Amino acid sequence: MTLSAVDVARPPAPSEEPAVKGIEGRTPLQLVVARLRTDRVALASVVVILLIVALAIAAPLIAAITGHGPSQTNVDSGTDANGQPLPPGTAGYLLGTDNLGRDILVRIAFGARISLLVGVLATAIATIVGVVVGLFAGYFGGWLDTLLARLMDVVLSFPYVLFAIVLVSVFGSSLPLTILVIAFFSFAAIGRIVRGQALSQREKEYVEASHSLGAGNLRIMFVDILPNLVAPVIVLATLLIPAAIIFEATLSFLGLGVQPPTPSWGNMLSDAEGVGFQAWWFYIFPMLFLLATTLAFNLLGDAVRDALDPRTERLFAGRRKNKPA
Amino acid sequence: MIRFLIRRVMLGLITLWVIITLVFVLYYARPGVDPARELAGRAVTPALLANINKEYGFDQPVIVQYWHYLERLVPIPGHFNLGTSNTNRLPVTTIIAQAAPVDISLAAGAAILWTVLGISVGVLAARRPRSLLDRGATVFVLTGVSMPVFILGLLLLYVLYYQLTIHGFAIFPKPGSWTPITTNPLEWAHDLILPWITVALVVAATYSRLTRSSLLETLGEDYIRTARAKGLSERRVVYRHALRSSLTPIVTQFGIDLAGVLGGAIVTESIFGLPGLGLAVVQAIQVQNLPVVIGIVLVAAFFVVAANIIVDALYAVLDPRVRVS
Repeated sequence: MTLSAVDVARPPAPSEEPAVKGIEGRTPLQLVVARLRTDRVALASVVVILLIVALAIAAPLIAAITGHGPSQTNVDSGTDANGQPLPPGTAGYLLGTDNLGRDILVRIAFGARISLLVGVLATAIATIVGVVVGLFAGYFGGWLDTLLARLMDVVLSFPYVLFAIVLVSVFGSSLPLTILVIAFFSFAAIGRIVRGQALSQREKEYVEASHSLGAGNLRIMFVDILPNLVAPVIVLATLLIPAAIIFEATLSFLGLGVQPPTPSWGNMLSDAEGVGFQAWWFYIFPMLFLLATTLAFNLLGDAVRDALDPRTERLFAGRRKNKPA
Repeated sequence: MIRFLIRRVMLGLITLWVIITLVFVLYYARPGVDPARELAGRAVTPALLANINKEYGFDQPVIVQYWHYLERLVPIPGHFNLGTSNTNRLPVTTIIAQAAPVDISLAAGAAILWTVLGISVGVLAARRPRSLLDRGATVFVLTGVSMPVFILGLLLLYVLYYQLTIHGFAIFPKPGSWTPITTNPLEWAHDLILPWITVALVVAATYSRLTRSSLLETLGEDYIRTARAKGLSERRVVYRHALRSSLTPIVTQFGIDLAGVLGGAIVTESIFGLPGLGLAVVQAIQVQNLPVVIGIVLVAAFFVVAANIIVDALYAVLDPRVRVS
């Protein structure tokens, strides 16, 4: 799928009177944005993601307003007379407290920072590495392709949760290691797609034209071929973010990711599991935020894929007809 | 076909060798680390260290150690040796043999459940695209893909075990229950029902998505029109002609997922307290029981690689195009 397929700019026709409008050349980006704007699910996902981002940015502010730090244990005000955690809605603790009297709202806000950081950073690293490896393999072919393609096959067939556990058990758990592990196991997914696309693109005439104009290999790969691969890469990257967030939460839940007392949604749930089900608010709030985040990214990824695919134009046209602007 | 299979077996063996070597480098040959000290665990004595050094030959050159390490992994009875646990002094092979039935039970039941559920939902959705049923299937798929296993497991425990039990309906067993099938098959299934559902629901979502898109693509093929033109019933067209050939991507996925569960459904076992390989490896990491960690990682890697090879063989049987090329 190439973006240029939809990029049909109208040739300039200066003789036309200005009253005739409606046919305007639109860039592929404008088309995609226009399509996404008719997609209510996509808009809702964007709103949810922006809210979570706002929550993450405002985390220190929330801590300042409530007066509770993310790992501050409030022995006096945060637990009742019997030392039990407070349910949500208690004065000063909107979402209640955990068994150590820590404010769950503040911890969730700081946990959002971890989830988003890991999701975005791991995906960014995976995307860059995947694109570079895929382009080199697909463009040059030969022994380099055989080597890189086999490497990606091996990575894809790795038992990755297990191997993450191995690395964490050897090097100790830390945030940078978590991000690198997730990036390592994700890059092959992008690399394989990019390789396949690069294989077919390099036979195209425009590559030959570029060659004859004296362009070097690097220029052809990154300036000529890469823009044609943007669409599948964006879609895959959007779908990798929720996968990375789930991966981090799972590692933290098993005690192999972000270490206490630093709050992450995964280790909050693992703390909750140690306490039991009586304090349901321990579970429900981190779960809700985690699910809302991953669901929003997955829905957005699906919507972006539809919007980038010229074949689904009919679907969007139908929507526009139903709801005239 | 023979050439194809040989290539896949070679790739599998290379993957296995890479994992085995990585494990060796990470655990035994990392600079600045005394492997004997690491293997000894917490209860360390000079005599024990001397013993381990002698057994593993850590005073010899690395290449000799590597050779002995590979030798110990040759699968001949009496030869194969994964060392001894540093907590209870049991051979690691014994620990794995005790835990493996749990993983096999978990994988078998869950695999049946997710295959039936995933494929049925996918077929229903593909037969009436854009219908209410299809939308429902999409919601199921997106929820499943966004749902971390540990959240689903905790939710099932909270609702089906905790809430039902405190309201007097003790239908589901408490976490930590496990009965071997040889002792009491009914009790075995009863103890495993929640873990089965947990593993199956998340995996089934992927299957529905794969089945739907693959079946939709196949239903657009010419030979399907021919089958309809012959006057075959819709049921026969969909199930005999279309579904069969759309199942190839699902077979690939099945191998990966089955291997994943066999190699330790780490999260599910931790939540439900099932004494399988996954729980064993997490517990071993927590008490620095390195021989057990290494043993389970190697066995799980073998499962994954073996499953991938079997799937490739199945692929060749199912898809005539693979056989010919």
